[in-house]
Amino acid sequence: MKFAIQVNEGPYTHQGSDTAYQFTKAALEKGHEVYRVFFYHDGVNNGTRLTTPPQDDRHIVNRWSELAAKHNLDLVICVAAAQRRGIADADEAKRNGKDADNIAPGFRISGLGQLIEAGIQADRLVVFGD
Amino acid sequence: MSEEMMEGGEVKKFLYVNRKAPYGTIYALESLEVVLIGAAFEQDVSMVFLDDGVYQITKGQDTSGSDMKNFSPTYRALEMYDVEKLYVSKESMEARGLTTDDLIVDVEVMSAAEIRELMESQDVVLSF
Repeated sequence: MKFAIQVNEGPYTHQGSDTAYQFTKAALEKGHEVYRVFFYHDGVNNGTRLTTPPQDDRHIVNRWSELAAKHNLDLVICVAAAQRRGIADADEAKRNGKDADNIAPGFRISGLGQLIEAGIQADRLVVFGD
Repeated sequence: MSEEMMEGGEVKKFLYVNRKAPYGTIYALESLEVVLIGAAFEQDVSMVFLDDGVYQITKGQDTSGSDMKNFSPTYRALEMYDVEKLYVSKESMEARGLTTDDLIVDVEVMSAAEIRELMESQDVVLSF
């Protein structure tokens, strides 16, 4: 099965972000393909490398980055949602005159078209969030 | 997938499920942004409004007191994007004392059972 995943909720605030990760990891371990993980709404906050949770808690951002590195996973953050919430890569930071970027390794910023395209390409689009 | 579909681009049935009030959270606004961007892909698009989502398309929205952007006029522009299949939940409308006269766009009213069938007939369901 070829899955596309949409993550609509921010890390720690809402379990949807955890469930999306667990689902994605389980699907990959079962041998399924994950065509893309698309982060939208507050879900874009899953992709900032400045996240610093307490030592004894899970690191949601690093967890995604590690999964991406291991499985060559395409983690896409919506540009419009990211701009509202202060998530930027080097290009976005420069383009918007910001003094820093904060995107985590393994993530990339792109447009909403990537979500639609994932819906077209995948057998199933699975949405996580309220 | 047939040769023809590969060449002409695959067309899938996309359903956007709008369940939240227009203000209070950003889901409704950002959902509408997906619909507008998605229109460029020329898919078979439907939208359904249920629960508090029916308030997204009510007339007379006034956000002047809350400093939020009133984006309700955008729903009227959906027609220009060839997004013409709009459905509302009969039960959600009744529970809120709304009729189609209260709405800014033309819609088809559907029962919960009909909405279930609509969802089952889709390829991609995006829920906001």
